[in-house]
Amino acid sequence: MSARTHLPVGQEAIAIKGWIGAHRFLLLRRASQLFFLALFLVGPWFGIWIVEGTLAGSRTLDILPLTDPFVLVQSMVAGHWPALTALIGAAIVVVAYAVLGGRTYCSWVCPINPVTDAAHWLHVKLGLPKGWQPKRNTRLWIALAAILASALTGTIAWELINPITILHRGLIFGLGFSLALIGLIFLFDLLLSRQGWCGHVCPVGAIYGLIGTKSVVRISAANRTACDDCMDCYAVCPENQVISPALKGKDGTSPLILSPDCTNCGRCIDVCAQDVFHFTHRFDNRIGALADLSSAATIGAASPDNGSTHHAEIN
Amino acid sequence: MCLCRIGTGVSGARCSRLARHSHQATGRTGEEDFLSACIRCGLCVRDCPYDTLKLAELGEDGPATGTPYFTARDIPCEMCDDIPCVAACPTGALDPSLTNIDDADMGVAVLVDQENCLNFLGLRCDVCYRVCPVIDEAITLETSHNTRSGHHAIFAPTVHADRCTGCGKCEQSCVLPEAAIKVLPTHLARAESADHYRRGWEEKEANDGPLVDGIIDLPDRLPGPGTDNLATPGGFEPTYKLPGATQ
Repeated sequence: MSARTHLPVGQEAIAIKGWIGAHRFLLLRRASQLFFLALFLVGPWFGIWIVEGTLAGSRTLDILPLTDPFVLVQSMVAGHWPALTALIGAAIVVVAYAVLGGRTYCSWVCPINPVTDAAHWLHVKLGLPKGWQPKRNTRLWIALAAILASALTGTIAWELINPITILHRGLIFGLGFSLALIGLIFLFDLLLSRQGWCGHVCPVGAIYGLIGTKSVVRISAANRTACDDCMDCYAVCPENQVISPALKGKDGTSPLILSPDCTNCGRCIDVCAQDVFHFTHRFDNRIGALADLSSAATIGAASPDNGSTHHAEIN
Repeated sequence: MCLCRIGTGVSGARCSRLARHSHQATGRTGEEDFLSACIRCGLCVRDCPYDTLKLAELGEDGPATGTPYFTARDIPCEMCDDIPCVAACPTGALDPSLTNIDDADMGVAVLVDQENCLNFLGLRCDVCYRVCPVIDEAITLETSHNTRSGHHAIFAPTVHADRCTGCGKCEQSCVLPEAAIKVLPTHLARAESADHYRRGWEEKEANDGPLVDGIIDLPDRLPGPGTDNLATPGGFEPTYKLPGATQ
């Protein structure tokens, strides 16, 4: 049994910023996921061909090629040298996510994210135990295994089971049995391993993490002196091990969340009533209140009157 | 010969074993090459103007998940001159060196059931022959005596594998409830001659004489049709004559 001695996660932020304000990036993220899905769907559904193909490989407005770099790497080790179009497409994707943060793909584009988020929501609602938690670098080993398997079998190994492309293909070309696989992912995250799929297993996210190791767009805990240890950011963060170095760093250490595991989802910004976090770039090491840092920040650093509220989760 | 290979499907419920193989989207030089090259993006499917191509779903019996295939009995390949599927492929899984669709090799048509083929039963159905885009080259009608009736001909649809592209129009148009002619993947449809077999008549032509010296051509003693004994009615000129041989 877990004794809940604190306000529900984000409650304080909602009270201060309003529901919309406390779900800003979540709403933006859902809009972004829908937008990218819609780009692919308006073709087959309404005959408006903006993007053709799937997330594995696509062509936008008959010009811009995009290719999943992990799929292409598997193809190459499997013995196929891809045509220039695919290589250019992968290069564009790599460059884009090297700037944006590789795992931005995971939280802003990937169609599996709403599935695992839904599983997590229900998981929390039901108060289930966190279950099996393999090491986070398991996904890197799985990525390596997929590449090795591709080389040994001469096939693009991960694509046999990759739920991302299977779901995306299913949505675009017609869902069938593929829905069952997505159901399995949901159940895996719900019953077996809390936030297990994206956080511990998925090699696609692992590769995007590697791509974004030196990415420019980062979240900074610039206003960390205002932190009241409410732990809400840890509670919502799907990769909460990335927070401490930035938030709890000693004076003189960078407030930037530099871990490539961070998905740039922005939920920590949403739920923080103290406005500790904000989006910035990796060269911005400034520490201080948000309002001092950025004139573009219109919401400012609201100083809550209940800023001394201290609540922590006791499991 | 250039290889195109998107792969074809046999839609017969009664031949599930064949279907498992023949649904397979096969690669440039076989299934495995294709599986290393196809990223399952579906751009070939989108650019096919005839809705021929499908992407295999998870759990589908046959082709690897997400790879393209077509079921000839439903919608065959229309053999577009500009080959849009190949042009659309971003990885080269569909061979970009294929520029003439008549060189495509998506499989081979096989007359799988002579016992039900109407032409073999003595009728002049000929539909598979008529719809073939490479008529008289990929499929010819070979006449032979109809021994059942004694005074008719059988016009046997005969596939010439080196010219057949595997488009499947013959399979689609077969008038029988289940097609008597089907497109199969080449590795199922064709035998492979062992290296040590050589065709004597071709070797003689190439060598301008027998490969072994000292062979003499003795006259065939048996009289009658089917021999080269010209002294007897029904005899015929041999297609190849030994140099210097007189009769």
